[in-house]
Amino acid sequence: MFRLMRRRMTSAVMFAMTGICTVVVIGALFFILGYLFWKGGRYVNWDFFTKLPAPVGEAGGGMANAIIGSAKLLLLATLIGMPIGFLGGVYLAEYGGKTFPFMVRYVTDLLNGVPSIVIGIFAYTVVVLKVRHFSAWAGGFALGIMMIPIALRSTEEFLRQVPNGLREAALALGAARWQMILTVVVPAALRGIVAGMMLDVARVAGETAPLLFTSFGNRFWSEGFDKPTASLPVMIFNYAIGPYEDWHRQAWAAGFVLLAMVFMFNVTARLLVSWRRH
Amino acid sequence: MIPGEMHSELGNPEPGAPLQARLSGLARLGDPLFYGLTLAAAASIMVVTGWLVYQLFAHSAQARHEFGWKFLISQDWDPVAGQFGALPFIFGTIVTSAVAILIAGPLGVGTAIFLAELAPRRLSSLLAFLVDLLAAVPSVIYGLLGIFLLVPLLSGTVVPAIQSVAGSLPIFSGKFYGVSVFSAGVVLVIMVVPFIVSISREVLLSVPVEQREASFALGSTHWETVWNVVLPNARRGIYASIFLTLARALGETMAVTMVIGNTPRISKSLFAPGYTISAVIANEFTEATDNLYLSALIELALVLFAITFVINGLARLAILATTQRHETHV
Repeated sequence: MFRLMRRRMTSAVMFAMTGICTVVVIGALFFILGYLFWKGGRYVNWDFFTKLPAPVGEAGGGMANAIIGSAKLLLLATLIGMPIGFLGGVYLAEYGGKTFPFMVRYVTDLLNGVPSIVIGIFAYTVVVLKVRHFSAWAGGFALGIMMIPIALRSTEEFLRQVPNGLREAALALGAARWQMILTVVVPAALRGIVAGMMLDVARVAGETAPLLFTSFGNRFWSEGFDKPTASLPVMIFNYAIGPYEDWHRQAWAAGFVLLAMVFMFNVTARLLVSWRRH
Repeated sequence: MIPGEMHSELGNPEPGAPLQARLSGLARLGDPLFYGLTLAAAASIMVVTGWLVYQLFAHSAQARHEFGWKFLISQDWDPVAGQFGALPFIFGTIVTSAVAILIAGPLGVGTAIFLAELAPRRLSSLLAFLVDLLAAVPSVIYGLLGIFLLVPLLSGTVVPAIQSVAGSLPIFSGKFYGVSVFSAGVVLVIMVVPFIVSISREVLLSVPVEQREASFALGSTHWETVWNVVLPNARRGIYASIFLTLARALGETMAVTMVIGNTPRISKSLFAPGYTISAVIANEFTEATDNLYLSALIELALVLFAITFVINGLARLAILATTQRHETHV
């Protein structure tokens, strides 16, 4: 009887400890995010979205160029990462034999694990060293490479969830295989695929390390894609380690805007997927 | 299966059906075309990865020839004198990640056990969603919080408390300036915990209910069931999650760069400033003016790539081994 009580006590104590772990983890994380939203929210103003950065050392100004710059970089990245990821995912889910798809999957996962700064160096040696200057092309290239693995694996995963009956029905109606894939299977999995791509964009939107020496930065507007281009994450980095109080305030504001965007993409993607299941 | 093969039996158009014939002609052309396109996309992943390794290798040639293997064990980092050694950075990278995993591992697995075993399903999936959301926070934002929230907190309360209790230990000795190896480790803990929680929870939930029921039927308490049945079943998955997280921590750049103090020195104390591979690349790459300097930094990237490649590779193999083992059971 006594032993049973001891065992039950152990059980209760250990679970209490896991409960404490949970409270610590969730509590700490929410404290941090609450702090960011509270602090960043105070410093966001209209100027932030509409003005160029003020000359170094002066207060005021905004990050309009960095917002547009980030959008440009993400556009380029999406144009590189999405088609390759999508088609590769179709290959893995719809075609494929034994050894080669296995290798593709393995290498994709490894590429996904390559530190972002290393991808940055790759883009630097491939693009920047060739043309001898920083550009949006180089930054977009780096982010695009980073997008491929997740785009590919999520496309594959959602295509695999499409029941085989749909494929057989399409083939039985006389559709060619590519017609079957593009008009039946992909539409059936479309919401999931789009959600995966959105998560992918949200992930690279916050990437800083691969941009430091590819798109670099710019305190002015950069026309086209061939000039050094400002981006929100790099601005946050430079302003946070900079010496001016006003820079710190703007870094908080930029952090707030970036995080709000990332969260919006994440929540939308989540809604898309859960909607599909009902 | 070869594309088009399945279709070829259907492909003979009936006489008097020209539209049908034209369509299936197009369809027959479309199949190899589309197949080729998807195959090319899949193959391009291998090409890109190979290209990446080649570029790192080719562009670090000068430093590799100049220093050889000594690069890995030398402690000198003096760009002005043209002396480059990677050891302080390798050391810093490993120590910060070790601190992160030692704290985040137990904390994350504990949380995952709570979410998978004890929390009601709805609460569990809500919290899991929130934890996933936290995994999406960009690292530069954790760096921002690190500088302005964590560092003051550490130097104001946490570190004095640790030093008053265990200040005589060498790893907790010395003056604390706020930026340190320890600060970087703590920021990493916050960054990687969501990954460990998220993957471990999934693994724990995938352990079959029958296993638990059998254990309960034998009279085990809930914790004994978790400890003796569920965790051993989920062991490999949890190890894999920790390895994947370790690889992430090793390559993490921005947040670490912002709080580690950027000092290329190997120090006994966790409270002393340090440097990591990714941080030195982030800080010095655009300043590297001569070719040897640049090449040494690219060799550092190669070293970092090699470390994460090996750890990721091991984790993926562990995952494969688990899934295959489950398949043979089924």
